Amino acid sequence: MNKVIRFLPLILFVLLGILLFRGLSLDPNAMPSALEGKKFPQFSLTELQQQSKVLTTADFQPGIKLVNVWATWCPGCKYEHPFLLKIANDKRFALYGVNYKDERGEALKWLQQYKNPYQFTMFDGEGKLGMDLGVYGAPETFIVDHNNQIRKRFAGILDEVVWQQQFEPLLKQLQQEYQDSQANTQG
Amino acid sequence: MNMQIIQRLLTPISSFFIALFMAFSINAAPVDTYEFPDPVTKKRFQQLVYELRCPKCQNQNLADSNSMIAVDLRKQVYDMLIDGRSDMEIVNFMVERYGDYVLYRPKVSAATYLLWFGPIGFIVIGGIVIALFVRQSKEQSQPLSDEQKQQLNEILKD
Repeated sequence: MNKVIRFLPLILFVLLGILLFRGLSLDPNAMPSALEGKKFPQFSLTELQQQSKVLTTADFQPGIKLVNVWATWCPGCKYEHPFLLKIANDKRFALYGVNYKDERGEALKWLQQYKNPYQFTMFDGEGKLGMDLGVYGAPETFIVDHNNQIRKRFAGILDEVVWQQQFEPLLKQLQQEYQDSQANTQG
Repeated sequence: MNMQIIQRLLTPISSFFIALFMAFSINAAPVDTYEFPDPVTKKRFQQLVYELRCPKCQNQNLADSNSMIAVDLRKQVYDMLIDGRSDMEIVNFMVERYGDYVLYRPKVSAATYLLWFGPIGFIVIGGIVIALFVRQSKEQSQPLSDEQKQQLNEILKD
């Protein structure tokens, strides 16, 4: 008993050390998304290019969707844009844009100047959809599966490394899930 | 007028100005121009923005931050209050979108048991350790035998 007590401080110290050391490697910016696993929020927003056209979740194509939140005031979005153009032709998913808290004129100019990677862009001038998506900055990218369920939220700039590490594996998995669900409905 | 007098005068004057500037620099929080129908709603608003954490900034609450998202969320809190929603509904609205991260007062859940009850646990552990030590030292201290008392007296005589 005496010996155990003598070593107790050392044991506690080591345990505390392990706990704190682990804390060092945690990213304080990483914020668990509250929306992963939930349905994509309902929205009713005008299209960026065509103010008279109202878009809802019904306008999404079936299958996998990537929803990218961007704005002209966001430097990271400009940096990310060439990569979005690169993945825009990927047939596995449809890429949609949410123009978040922006000026319509500025955003239109942006898409003309830098080319448009999106199937369509929802104009969210007030940031209402952004708030429902839990967006706290731009750029952010969401992966939405064929059931309109949000499967991933990525806050930050998309690039090749992030894509290979975090998006590719999930896309493969979702593609499989989509194919399985189609096979089930047919069979 | 010689230099010494000037220097003697300068010290209280400069400390006065330092104190003055410090007094004014404390209040740097952003000011919104919201109008409240009654003082209770105002109080609730202040309490909510004080306890909700700004999602963009790590160590600031909504009340302190001037980031775009904090401004938006303050407005959201205000709109919901005016709309007649309860504090609970507003907090849930935020948690649904931004997760438990936005709560400066974490919920009691399996993930936060350690946080909430850890301190109590430490007090209990500390109490047990102290009790063990006290008991041990009691057991070890035996009364002196007559022989030992005599020896002690002889040593103290010198």
